[in-house]
Amino acid sequence: MTFDYAPAPESRAIVDIPASHGLFVDGRFRPAADEAVFKTVSPATEEVLSEVANAGDDDVDAAVRSARKAFESWSALPGSERAKYLFRIARLVQERARELAVLESLDNGKPIRESRDADLPLVAAHFFYYAGWADKLEHAGFGPAPRPLGVAGGVIPWNFPLLMLAWKVAPALATGNTMVLKPAETTPLTALAFARICQQAGLPPGVLNILTGDGATGAALVAHPGIDKVAFTGSTEVGKAIARTVAGTHKRLTLELGGKAAHIVFEDAALDQAVEGIVQGIFFNQGHVCCAGSRLLVQESVADEVLAALKARMSTLRVGDPLDKNTDVGAINSAEQLARIRELTEAGEAEGAERWAPECELPSTGYWFRPTLFTGVTQAHRIAQEEIFGPVLSVLTFRTPQEAVEKANNTPYGLSAGIWTEKGSRSLWMANRLRAGVIWSNTFNKFDATSPFGGYQESGYGREGGRHGLGVYLDV
Amino acid sequence: MSEPLPVLKTYKLFVGGAFPRSESGRVYEVTDAKGQWLANAPLASRKDARDAVVAARKAFPRWSGATAYNRGQVLYRVAEMVQGRRDQFRAEVAAGDGLSKSKAAAVVDAAIDRLVWYAGWSDKVAQIAGGANPVAGPYFNLSTPEPTGVVAVLAPRDSSLLGLVSVLAPVLTTGNVAVVVASERAPLPALSLAEALATSDVPGGVVNVLSGATAELARPLAAHQDVNAIDLTGAEGELATELEILAAENLKRVRRPDPAEDFAAAPGTERLLGFLETKTVWHPTGV
Amino acid sequence: MTCHYARRYARLVTMSLKADAPKAPTPPTPPEDSPSALADVTASDASLRRFLHGLPGVDAVGLEARAASLGTRSIKTTAKAYALDLAISMIDLTTLEGADTPGKVRALCAKGRNPDPTDRSTPPVAAICVYSDLVATAREALAGSGVAVASVATAFPAGRAARSVKLADTAEAVAAGADEVDMVIDRGAFLAGRYLSVFEEIVAVREACGDAHLKVILENGELATYDNIRRASWLAMLAGADFIKTSTGKVGVNATPANTLLMLQAVRDFRAATGRQIGVKPAGGIRTAKDAVKFLVLVNETAGPDWLSPTWFRFGASSLLNDLLMQRQKLGTGRYSGPDYVTVD
Repeated sequence: MTFDYAPAPESRAIVDIPASHGLFVDGRFRPAADEAVFKTVSPATEEVLSEVANAGDDDVDAAVRSARKAFESWSALPGSERAKYLFRIARLVQERARELAVLESLDNGKPIRESRDADLPLVAAHFFYYAGWADKLEHAGFGPAPRPLGVAGGVIPWNFPLLMLAWKVAPALATGNTMVLKPAETTPLTALAFARICQQAGLPPGVLNILTGDGATGAALVAHPGIDKVAFTGSTEVGKAIARTVAGTHKRLTLELGGKAAHIVFEDAALDQAVEGIVQGIFFNQGHVCCAGSRLLVQESVADEVLAALKARMSTLRVGDPLDKNTDVGAINSAEQLARIRELTEAGEAEGAERWAPECELPSTGYWFRPTLFTGVTQAHRIAQEEIFGPVLSVLTFRTPQEAVEKANNTPYGLSAGIWTEKGSRSLWMANRLRAGVIWSNTFNKFDATSPFGGYQESGYGREGGRHGLGVYLDV
Repeated sequence: MSEPLPVLKTYKLFVGGAFPRSESGRVYEVTDAKGQWLANAPLASRKDARDAVVAARKAFPRWSGATAYNRGQVLYRVAEMVQGRRDQFRAEVAAGDGLSKSKAAAVVDAAIDRLVWYAGWSDKVAQIAGGANPVAGPYFNLSTPEPTGVVAVLAPRDSSLLGLVSVLAPVLTTGNVAVVVASERAPLPALSLAEALATSDVPGGVVNVLSGATAELARPLAAHQDVNAIDLTGAEGELATELEILAAENLKRVRRPDPAEDFAAAPGTERLLGFLETKTVWHPTGV
Repeated sequence: MTCHYARRYARLVTMSLKADAPKAPTPPTPPEDSPSALADVTASDASLRRFLHGLPGVDAVGLEARAASLGTRSIKTTAKAYALDLAISMIDLTTLEGADTPGKVRALCAKGRNPDPTDRSTPPVAAICVYSDLVATAREALAGSGVAVASVATAFPAGRAARSVKLADTAEAVAAGADEVDMVIDRGAFLAGRYLSVFEEIVAVREACGDAHLKVILENGELATYDNIRRASWLAMLAGADFIKTSTGKVGVNATPANTLLMLQAVRDFRAATGRQIGVKPAGGIRTAKDAVKFLVLVNETAGPDWLSPTWFRFGASSLLNDLLMQRQKLGTGRYSGPDYVTVD
């Protein structure tokens, strides 16, 4: 007899999904001006979850005007009063955390274990953290009287829908800006649930407007002359287009873009934890993580040992229903993303890398991809250069610390990197030389509201989180 | 007997610690505010810009890897060298910027003071821009600022020495390396500053100085994939917009021009913090 | 992983290796083979130190995070029924009090043979664990039941006595009918770096055990670091332990998910390196069915399903049994049970 875990689904009944959703403009929900809508589906089942308004140029204009109007009073409000609104929001998020986690897993496909234990606690933490800054800005090191920029436009991705919202909204509002936020096309639902939380918190109309829509909505928002700041998280390609759009304007810009992080394992590493870190690094959130440790650089002397352990560990990953509490790897967010992952993995095979994935049954509907690793990868392979944004690990080897640094830095990106060694001086030596905004030493994929996050080079600019996350919303 | 005939200086570019003529072999005439010829300046080409980037990239590991204390010492040494050539700079600034002798003298003194101010920042900036982050877990978490890398600096058009020093020194003190495009109209103080830099322990390639047509030089620099940041102070209007668009190709950090910037005023920390990346390191704490 | 431990230490480990971990449970090799087979490793204090300190380090935060993450597994319905019965069958039902009497031990034995008088389908526990002077009483009370008698020995719990006393304690327990002996290692010697002394003592106790199974208590709480626990695990396995056990239950820190996870990695790696399968016994502080199920998840996802049997995994516990029984009743009836519906022995 074997210890087969029976299904342990989180109850879907705790969340009530309206059949249709409007745009959240000026404190109220309303249809798009042209009444356009689109459908959002569960990537695990392809079931249509809801119909959502598709904001057009007129809606963008209305939202920006609402935010502009609200800016006058919101920025004039004492910081301590703004703080209390954000504290209210933090508390309401905590109260409804389970419901929001279920909604996130439904719309995004991520395992409930992660939405419940990672996304939602971090969302609440971000609001708590920045709420506390709202009345202390003059002590934040940005001069005696830092001023808000005005109306901020936020465009966020589908991989951590509510968390990315929090990363944008919390510091923007704390610093006295107002915001127009566009959630990703495939994951609009938690942002709209968040809009209802803002209503319950009594947030003044227009301080936060949420416009669901597609890429065109985002482009219209970024190009709108009435905004003073753009905060974007997403692909490097779109990030560059936004940088061109705002060129020559007064708009401030922060970009949090792609990555191809090196995850470096030395022969003296704490191997069991390193293997755990590798798994966390690439299979967390199906690998839909900009800072994913997608390039494993393992010292040649322990490569066989690490790979054997990694394969054994990967064989215990439970892939399936995102709402099952025992699921480790959920659904790929969209058919489009699945196609991209397939294309790159096929390129990996075609270029001669060796592909391996554990046996596991995948559901018959929805978008799924087995946790996969490639061995025999070199820096010249596409799968070592391009961001796959899926549960696919490329394994390379190195011989010396110098070679590890050289290979790790051999990328236009620079978001994150990981180091596993039990030798402190080597860890610090590596951390100094790796060109990346976040270095995880003997850990990986850790996030915190107090800890700045953001990249070097083509991974973007500006930081989110911590004291640094305030500066990008202040006129200093 | 009359004064002996002065020996005129041949102004040259400063690239990789050497003083080459322009690869193009061309020069252009530099005049004072009244249109009187002062000297010929090298007309740097796209290829000179490219060579300067290569030199800067090569110099980056050593300069960014030097101790902050050392960088501060080197910058202070630059101030000493400028002080020693004060009369030469006074004359060049007076001619180039159209200032009276006394005003030019004040500007040179301010430039020296500006160098001293930034020299002192080298080993303090990490303490104001970095710090420990109290994360909610058993981790040591520290953010430190690091230099962005190769910075293309379009020097101010109208403040040929004080403006130049004000935009260059913060780039250097934080460990970046620079490719400077001197004021097109008044490049002589910049070319002379290169001579001071060459004799003040600044490693070759850390600062490279080009003179010539700003737009001609700025475009390849803005588009260059191995340049990490660009300061557009010396470009205005449509050129600045065009350069910012070019810079998006590899997501250079861009500092837009601010026509209201007053280089005589106390600089604050804004430029100091302008070309820094924040690196955050996590490490578990446990036994 | 871990077939590669041996490769890594090839110069030290001279015994033959199996490249792949065996899929089926491997019967324990006769323990007397072990010392000679690993003679190179254990030839001197220095070589033993080199070997133990050459084991990969343990990152405490990562280890604890992994244990906590596995603790979030949700075990429901059929899986829970399986886990509850398995956990009951893995219990070493224990009384180790100065106030223990023959009457108390007999009552415990009756409980162990037949944990739930209202439901005869309830499996018996694995063993009754007592002090050595009460082994004979337990032996008699368990006759014909299939439930083993385990005895603590070697000057349990501190282990601070002359080796001759420890060996006599062991021999007495075995002579009185103990099937299993739970010894304590000399933590003082271990912490002082006298690894060979610890090793030799385990070997000597192993010999004194004769046919009885030997469980070696590391007393994790006193070893204080995870690196020490990993080293002590390997030391005990090299010396011929059949089981490695977390704790005496008599110090502040006993079995934790993290230190048990670490020991499960050690037995997994040891089998991959040597072909010998060793059991693991967390003891002390495991009081609820929920906790027990979490430990079974650790076993399942770390050492693997081969260890999911009383032959290879035990719980050293006393109050745990009643909570398992109440949960079992709840699962059968749909009602929550209460302490009046399980026996107090």
